[in-house]
Amino acid sequence: MTTRMVGAPVARSEDPRLLRGEGRFLDDLGHDAYQVAILRSPHAHARILDIDVTDALEVDGLIAIHTFEDLPPRLQQPMPLLIPHPALTAGRTQYVLADGEVNHVGEAILMVVATDRYAAEDAVERITVDYEVLPAVVGPENALAAAQFVHEEIPDNVAAHLQQTIGDAPRAIAAAPHTLEFRLDIERSASTPMETRGTYARWDADDRRLRLYTSTQAPTSVRAAVASFLELPLAQVECIAPDIGGGFGVKIMHPWPEEILVPWVARELGHDIKFVEDRREHFISSNHERAQVQWITVGFDDAGRVLGLDVRFIHDHGAYIPYGLIVPIITSTQLIGPYKLENYRVTFDSVYTNTVPVTPYRGAGRPQGCFAMERTIDRIARHLGLDRTQVRGVNFLQPEELPYDFGLTFQDGRPYCYDSGDFPASLAMLKTLIDWDGFEQRRAAAAAQGRIIGIGMAAYVEGTGVGPYEGGHVLVEPGGKVQVATGLSTQGQGHQTAFAQIVADQLGVAFEDVEVVTGDTRRFQYAVGTFASRAAVMSGNAIHLAAVKVREKALKLASDALEVDVEDLELAEGRVRVVGSPDTSIDLKVLATLSNPLRYAFDDSARIATQFATPADPDAPPVGDDEAPGLEATDYYSPVRSTFANGMHAVEVEIDPETSDIRILDYAVVHDCGNLLNPTIVKGQVLGGVAQGVGGALYERMAYDDHGQLQNASFMDFLIPYATEVPAVRIDHLETPSPLNPLGIKGAGEAGVIPTSAAIAAAIEDATGIVIDAMPISPSQLHERRLARPVTAGEGTP
Amino acid sequence: MCRAVGSGTTAESASDTGDDGVKPPPFAYHAPRTEEEALATLGALGEDGKVLAGGQSLIPLLNMRLAAPPALVDLARLETLDRIAVTDTHVRVEARVTHERLRRDERVAAAVPLLRQALDWVAHPVIRNRGTSVGSIAHADPAAELPAVLALLGGWMQLRSVEGERTVEAGDYLLGPLESDTRPGELVVAATFPRPGVRTGTAFEELARRHGDYAMAGVGVRVTLDADHHVGDASAAFIGVGGTAIQVELTEVLRGQPYDALDKAEAIGLARASIDPTADIHATAGYRRHLAGVLLGRALETAVRHAAGQAPPDSGSAPEGPGPTESAAPGSAAPGSAATESAPTGHASGGYREETA
Ligand SMILES: Cc1cc2nc3c(=O)[nH]c(=O)nc-3n(C[C@H](O)[C@H](O)[C@H](O)COP(=O)(O)OP(=O)(O)OC[C@H]3O[C@@H](n4cnc5c(N)ncnc54)[C@H](O)[C@@H]3O)c2cc1C
Repeated sequence: MTTRMVGAPVARSEDPRLLRGEGRFLDDLGHDAYQVAILRSPHAHARILDIDVTDALEVDGLIAIHTFEDLPPRLQQPMPLLIPHPALTAGRTQYVLADGEVNHVGEAILMVVATDRYAAEDAVERITVDYEVLPAVVGPENALAAAQFVHEEIPDNVAAHLQQTIGDAPRAIAAAPHTLEFRLDIERSASTPMETRGTYARWDADDRRLRLYTSTQAPTSVRAAVASFLELPLAQVECIAPDIGGGFGVKIMHPWPEEILVPWVARELGHDIKFVEDRREHFISSNHERAQVQWITVGFDDAGRVLGLDVRFIHDHGAYIPYGLIVPIITSTQLIGPYKLENYRVTFDSVYTNTVPVTPYRGAGRPQGCFAMERTIDRIARHLGLDRTQVRGVNFLQPEELPYDFGLTFQDGRPYCYDSGDFPASLAMLKTLIDWDGFEQRRAAAAAQGRIIGIGMAAYVEGTGVGPYEGGHVLVEPGGKVQVATGLSTQGQGHQTAFAQIVADQLGVAFEDVEVVTGDTRRFQYAVGTFASRAAVMSGNAIHLAAVKVREKALKLASDALEVDVEDLELAEGRVRVVGSPDTSIDLKVLATLSNPLRYAFDDSARIATQFATPADPDAPPVGDDEAPGLEATDYYSPVRSTFANGMHAVEVEIDPETSDIRILDYAVVHDCGNLLNPTIVKGQVLGGVAQGVGGALYERMAYDDHGQLQNASFMDFLIPYATEVPAVRIDHLETPSPLNPLGIKGAGEAGVIPTSAAIAAAIEDATGIVIDAMPISPSQLHERRLARPVTAGEGTP
Repeated sequence: MCRAVGSGTTAESASDTGDDGVKPPPFAYHAPRTEEEALATLGALGEDGKVLAGGQSLIPLLNMRLAAPPALVDLARLETLDRIAVTDTHVRVEARVTHERLRRDERVAAAVPLLRQALDWVAHPVIRNRGTSVGSIAHADPAAELPAVLALLGGWMQLRSVEGERTVEAGDYLLGPLESDTRPGELVVAATFPRPGVRTGTAFEELARRHGDYAMAGVGVRVTLDADHHVGDASAAFIGVGGTAIQVELTEVLRGQPYDALDKAEAIGLARASIDPTADIHATAGYRRHLAGVLLGRALETAVRHAAGQAPPDSGSAPEGPGPTESAAPGSAAPGSAATESAPTGHASGGYREETA
């Protein structure tokens, strides 16, 4: 039998190509294309009174300038509201180019096309726009106070107000022996992938056909949107996601204005057109996330058991709400974490501000929810003087209670129901991994040297693999290679490797012989996209199901050819062979050839498939009624609901007693994503998530001033942790398989980022005794907090 | 990047935050081969010319269209101005010497330890491999380390133009944030750092948000002990807490103190009163003031121990190792020998060893 690939730490097959510089990213394409530069609003809120392009017309190399007025009627309609929701009563989306009003710094006003980007930017610089500057709404609380309006016709700045409940939280809290009430703040951050957005369009005037390359997490949906805006038949639009230098959520947002404008102009001008966003543009025109203010009221008993939890939060979704309520709904539900909450009420207002819109960024509302719940549990422990892991323990849902339906509605509109996990076991593993019980000794030893250290932990549950579906196509070529395609795109996750592992196991072929294509509508046109830790669960299972079909087809063909019962056959080493007598076998590539009856013998292998080569039943059609030519199959996986992964992080930090500098000493992760397809890839995903989590906890924040100007729109001032700031992370896996899908897997893409802020906040709090209720936190902020502390309170003993 | 000359104004200040791009506006590009040619070009260009050295500060300004000089005069193709001279009295660093080459030079580390102590904090290897030490001083960023080193050691800059040569002392050269006394048509040919005297110890301390970033506050310290190992003379230069490197004389508050029982409180108090930090998104002014004092205390401890010969001449908490000891700056000679000079071995690789940290 060939060694089993699924579960093995197979090295990523995409890396050699990428490491050799052979990647093909968006800006590697279209060298002869005209280039686009966008004039963006310098104001957070303004009416456009006049646009004067006269001076720009002299720029050498200028091809065209387009404003809103120049667009055809279909492009003058607002951009789609991608995910409607009954509670989203006042949804607004932007226009591809501003229609007389701008609502955030960076909003697209007009488009310049020139022979190169230099000329395009020279032209942009010479265009004068007359603005009537309007007051800007900045910050969630200002939005709700509604002294000014983002959109005139929405006088409370509220797009949606939603409440979900389990039991009766206010009553349970009123009756509880202990209650606490507090406020938490999470600031704005963003995906900030290494590769910014970009779109490149080719219009083929002869075929009247559009080919669009775009750096997206949702090529099939971009294709549909472009076909709709450009009023083209779907069949005349191809959309391809080339290599993508990271997405982290921002590229699931679509269509971006440029994804509509670029192909439109390509068709108008009959010339290739390319737009590549620069870094500053990325900061001010590509979406952000996080940004919530939360108010918590909790009632609990002497053991720390939560009896009732009431959470209200304001979600700042920025100037527009194209992605609907996904982020706040995820916060509302996923906040619960691994705990059994029988009385819970969560209420949010999703508000407009004159800032960049907010759509999912890795974690998508979960880091905020996890922060709320885990800070709550830590407060309870502190109040009662109990160990923080003990309070978690008494609140855990027990493994025998799963599956557990909370009675809430999740982001997919389905019941919020945990399918698998073993939280007590995970906690036990985590405590061992970080030596939780030995910490007081370490603290004392450090204190003896004048050092301040602290420990903290946080737990989360993550709904992954949301529907509606993904598909997979598996084809064995007569040459022996296996071609696999799925519609969703890849941003570096290692799909090529993981999906090839699945297929190699099913077909008994060498891993190296499986070639995977993602995100190319020419190869697979039905797909949803890569987000919500869903690619492995959705496309992985779809490809698995398709491979099973191919396997069955191969067995049937082999059974006919070898005249052996299917039950007596197996697939291994690229052949179908008789169990027990492996010398009687047939090559898979021969079966691939035989599966396609031929008239023409164009090469040696084809000869065996021609009409006269094989003795066939003269009374049966060469391709049977239920059959199709080719050793291939397509299948889809569509789950009833999401599958829930979970994990726990623990971290030790050191605080410099004099400078308040914060250093991570140790970081441990226990992670449960069900069966591991590839432990190396999962580890990479978790590590990358932790790195982004460290950014969110200690470094990254979008610093808007009162006028809605982003003060740190560059990598000089928006601080992403370097390798030197990311700790070494120790990871342990617990594998509780999901009962919901054939592979027993759960998503792993976002996990690492979810509890990082909560865990680091807990550790800083433990070290300093200062309650940490806002993240990120800098040494300067921690210093000010320590200064403000009453002199009596000591550090080190919370 | 080389484009036809277009019109454009020199906008040195970072005040224009309009709709910035990432592609520089048009500029003329000159790559002289000799110093004479460079000076002639700069002389002819006058206000319109701008020297391009390592480009680690200038290129970002161009790309974000915060600066739009009509012409750049690139030093990359010069065949000269790439030497480090170590003499009995000083280290002289020419315009094309990169941070990393200077940092790695063992003779320099022995002669003026403060250079390596400071350079360990400057940016990241990729930036140090391109950025020049002279360019850093010419650029006069208030948070840059080398201007403070030049000030603390009483060093000077040597500037040439078609008119002739001038020498400007650190205090006169560093005028304010991003403002140095380099006049139109002038090229800084070298920076000279005097060797500290006997029983003199130095140290550099700073804290940045991330490793290699410009610091929230930093300080270089120079302390000379008398024969009894009491402080004779002490001075500090702070970065990131004012418009330029701020030098604070500490002799009066530290003189006569035994090196192993320093009372630093007065020095720290004086320093905190002498600096002028401002708040930004990374730190409050109060925090920077506090931090500067803490760092001064730490740097003083290291410096006096260094002076007393009880610690190796490296700042204790420096973020980078001192570089390979087997070393070998090209043409390196034993420290203490009379004037030794080094020039990079070849031009193809830029003439320096690249660090692969
Ligand atoms: C991410 C990043 C982090 C950094 N961190 C630090 C840090 O922590 N500390 C630090 O000190 N620096 C830091 N730097 C800046 C770096 O040290 C630069 O190399 C240095 O400031 C300028 O040197 P350069 O050779 O690159 O000069 P250039 O960028 O080429 O020029 C800078 C300015 O100096 C002028 N100039 C340069 N050479 C001469 C000359 N010979 N004669 C006349 N004028 C001249 C130029 O005209 C220009 O105005 C950082 C840079 C980056 C990109």
